Amino acid sequence: MPKRVETIVLHDSSTPVLGDTQKGGNVVLTSVDALLNAARSNSLWPLTFGLACCAIEMMSTAASRFDISRFGSEAFRATPRQADVMIIAGRLSKKMAPVLRQIYDQMPEPKWVISMGACASSGGVYNNYAIVQGADQVVPVDVYVPGCPPSPDALIYGVMKLQQKIRGRRVRSVSEIGLSELVFPRKKDSEVVA
Amino acid sequence: MSVEFFRDVAKPVIAGFGITARRLKRQKVTVMYPEQKREQYPRTRWRHVLKRYDSGLEKCIGCSLCAGACPARCIYVEAAENTDEARFSAGERYAVRYEINMIRCIFCGYCQDACPTGAIVLQKDFELADYHRADFVYTKERLLEPLPMRP
Repeated sequence: MPKRVETIVLHDSSTPVLGDTQKGGNVVLTSVDALLNAARSNSLWPLTFGLACCAIEMMSTAASRFDISRFGSEAFRATPRQADVMIIAGRLSKKMAPVLRQIYDQMPEPKWVISMGACASSGGVYNNYAIVQGADQVVPVDVYVPGCPPSPDALIYGVMKLQQKIRGRRVRSVSEIGLSELVFPRKKDSEVVA
Repeated sequence: MSVEFFRDVAKPVIAGFGITARRLKRQKVTVMYPEQKREQYPRTRWRHVLKRYDSGLEKCIGCSLCAGACPARCIYVEAAENTDEARFSAGERYAVRYEINMIRCIFCGYCQDACPTGAIVLQKDFELADYHRADFVYTKERLLEPLPMRP
């Protein structure tokens, strides 16, 4: 059986990943931006990454009182392959950090990260040996939402901030749109030989 | 159309839509957040505000009791003496620098309880999310409420 080849791309906080607001643009793709950004920003599927009590507020954000589906984010995905935004909800222990990094790497581009709550964003009151002092030491974070825990409307405000950020993006190359995969489909796993 | 079909397929489907139909008559619970904000509970604690007296003097006297009470150690206070030429607060001293790391704060309200002059108050502005960590260090300029309007 042929081995599957995987390319692992490593980012740190300083790496400009897709999803960061980038300067410059392309004349040909000028109006594609708006369409693409509207599509992306209005269908942000979050990854369920509840680590602690913030996850309870994240769940109630999805419930009918606050109803995050009004922003196109109702489809909480349990697999990183189908998620666009990772909501880190809760304190991130050092033991969990490699798992978080791996799951982030498994998400398809473009991907974004919301750091929800004081503990995920900075460690909060847990300034000790067990807790990562800020999830941005592990993954690049786009939006920080303070609060302990943030109320559902505060999280929705964070999602809205992320939508604003996505709408400000510029597409730089044709390959970034991903249409080339429609024309030239990727080889199937069985055809890739190590 | 057999009896089994009605019992096992049609009846549960009709019953299911019946629940939906009954629900439609009820009032909707969704708060349409960006346009319509829900009423916060009276003891809700969110963003801090540094208060002033009606005369415009700051209430904060730079005693650092809030910084001592903070369980997350997110408040930094640097005090200086008031002089007759430059008077900022009603007491002997005032806070030259007053910084709160809003991303580390857990909004417990202990600073508000510890404050002897009622200078720091946690109010109900919850829209604090931002893009960069550095923007979350709220300086005194951002925390202090504006000067009262002169008549």
